[in-house]
Amino acid sequence: MRDVYVIGAGMTPFGELWNKSIREIFVDAAMLAIEDAGVDHIDSLYVGSMSPGLFVGQEHLGPVVADFLGVTPVPATRVESACASGGVSFRQAFLEVASGVSEIVLAGGVEKMTDGADVTEALATAADQEYEVYHGVTFPGLYAMIARAHMHQFGTTRQQLAEVAVKNHRNGMKNPNAQFRSEITNEQVVKSTMVADPLRLLDCSPVSDGGAGVILASADVAKKMKSRAVKVIASTQASDTIALHDRTDLTTLGAVVRAAEKAYAMAGKKPSDVNLAEVHDCFTIAEIVISEDLGFFEKGKGGEAVEKGLTARECGKIPINSSGGLKSKGHPVGATGIAQIIELYEQLTGRGGERQVKKANIGLAQNMGGSGASCVIHILEAI
Amino acid sequence: MVGIVGYGAYLPRYRIKAETIARQWGADAEAIKRGLQLTEKTVPGQDEDTITISVEAARGAIQRAQIDPQEIGAVYIGSESHPYAVKPSGTVLIDALGIGPHVHVATNEFACKAGSEAMYVAYSHVKSGEMKYALGIGADTSQGAPGDALEYSASAGGAAFIMGTERVAAEILFTHSYTSDTPDFWRREGEFYPRHAGRFTGDPAYFKHIVGAGQALLEKSKLAPKDFTHAVFHMPNGKFPQEAGRRLGFTKQQLEFGWIVPLMGNTYSGSSPTGLAAILDVANPGDLIFMVSFGSGAGSDGFVYRVTEEIKAIKDRAPKVRSMLDNGKIYLDYGQYTKHRHKIKLNE
Repeated sequence: MRDVYVIGAGMTPFGELWNKSIREIFVDAAMLAIEDAGVDHIDSLYVGSMSPGLFVGQEHLGPVVADFLGVTPVPATRVESACASGGVSFRQAFLEVASGVSEIVLAGGVEKMTDGADVTEALATAADQEYEVYHGVTFPGLYAMIARAHMHQFGTTRQQLAEVAVKNHRNGMKNPNAQFRSEITNEQVVKSTMVADPLRLLDCSPVSDGGAGVILASADVAKKMKSRAVKVIASTQASDTIALHDRTDLTTLGAVVRAAEKAYAMAGKKPSDVNLAEVHDCFTIAEIVISEDLGFFEKGKGGEAVEKGLTARECGKIPINSSGGLKSKGHPVGATGIAQIIELYEQLTGRGGERQVKKANIGLAQNMGGSGASCVIHILEAI
Repeated sequence: MVGIVGYGAYLPRYRIKAETIARQWGADAEAIKRGLQLTEKTVPGQDEDTITISVEAARGAIQRAQIDPQEIGAVYIGSESHPYAVKPSGTVLIDALGIGPHVHVATNEFACKAGSEAMYVAYSHVKSGEMKYALGIGADTSQGAPGDALEYSASAGGAAFIMGTERVAAEILFTHSYTSDTPDFWRREGEFYPRHAGRFTGDPAYFKHIVGAGQALLEKSKLAPKDFTHAVFHMPNGKFPQEAGRRLGFTKQQLEFGWIVPLMGNTYSGSSPTGLAAILDVANPGDLIFMVSFGSGAGSDGFVYRVTEEIKAIKDRAPKVRSMLDNGKIYLDYGQYTKHRHKIKLNE
């Protein structure tokens, strides 16, 4: 496999983009990425998007965005892996460049969720329809069960869950593209509207519109371009049972553990080598479980870690979600995995601005679909 | 001089508190009251509807104007809860009040703007010289789906205004309308409850149209917010009109008397018209009043009124809004409320 580099990135602000259609959102992000990279063409593109059919009635998204980006006839493919669609889009682009098939590939992601569709119902299609959804389960309900199990087994507290949201909002305040740039307190989280016990409104990532894109290129191209580059040193993916009730342990996400093991092996790194991580905090409990499953903390200690500030951007052991995470930055599902890569790219090239993490050389992005049925992990290294 | 020669309002006696609705759905009443800035809303009696509310309000308007109902040349009722899909509400009203049959009657619908629309058309007829008096009414028994945020606000009530040229109590100095195709809230034929697009009903809909109409009205009139004694805006909740006023440059004091939503709820087509009636109840000669309605879909009608000496004579001839808002209230529990709002389906 050839070495692969990220040479440019761009994203739209995340939020309620009522004046933009899904294609405009994608094109805005893609143009920013292309301009940032300084390339004059792309060989192909991938667009991660979970449910454009349900959200805005548009399938066949690959050619839609290629057409409006003005890049036809290059191959254009929509990638779907629920909330991991963006991360898997990046992985497909990585594999295409690594294999030698293409030199420059655009990996993008987009979702337009605020056009009036029933969002909870659309998102629930990422769970097991026959064995979970038909019986009334929604994603907040599934993650609430994970939270309950984690609290029961390890003594994780309600306040510790809230600390994840408090930290991510604090980071998001410094991210100009974040949907919620406001500080929240532990008390506000704990007293917010109940969604699925013990998860409350401020434990949940929001409904968002947004797009993100990055340009991947071979070493030859990366060397020629003046743009800053970071190297992709691991790209792995794993799957797990689609339904939560088929897992042997609710307090761990098997796909995260498997993908992480493979990623560390591929990169030749240990969890302690990672300087910052962007993880899939769709609900506060998810960040705690993932921080353990990625090997940053011992199983059961994730809640305590966030409470002690070990995941804080400023002086943490391992800064997690310096971008604000899904909670504060927003979660336009298909764009999320790409936005995570963008945060790493900016941090590793010293462009983190006010939220720059010190000594950022190695970054890890973990993106997952459903209740952890799919997980994709990338590790990037500054050069 | 063309303007309001008589006005009347009507609010049912029944109420339901935000706490009662919140308890039903397991919601946080305090958060809802804080967010919507309203504590209770009016509920129609079991035999009340848009027509009965319109009749009561118009009766007050005729009492205040002290005119012969036969001289009213047009009657318009704006509502989004006309009892019949096909059959005018106004025909029942004219027979009840002795208006017509030589009268033009029509039904208006423009979500929550239908009332000010009826007032606008009535005013225009009189201004053109086509007739001596015209009656414009805004009234609703608003719908809100059970458990929806609208359920805390959708209420019942209305106000009626007779436009004329003699003994005018509030002269209409300027009007301006602002309209665009903005689908923020709608109810299709046959659907029982309206649908809405959440926060989209705010900035791109309510605020864009109210501020759009309001700014144009200020420019047209060459008046500044400080020139007005009172201002009233459509009141879907307590917060929106306060924010609209702030964006246009009005103070809370200017909004005080028309801001009746915390105890009335959102009477949809009757909202800003009833707020205007509450202002006229306390207004003094010379007062300038700024009013902008809003209807989803979406549009706003703006009016600038100047109160005359006549207001002193007519104020006390009919019940005042504040007295209906504060007195004789009958609180309902959620079960009674569902009966009043015909939410329980019975065998015929």
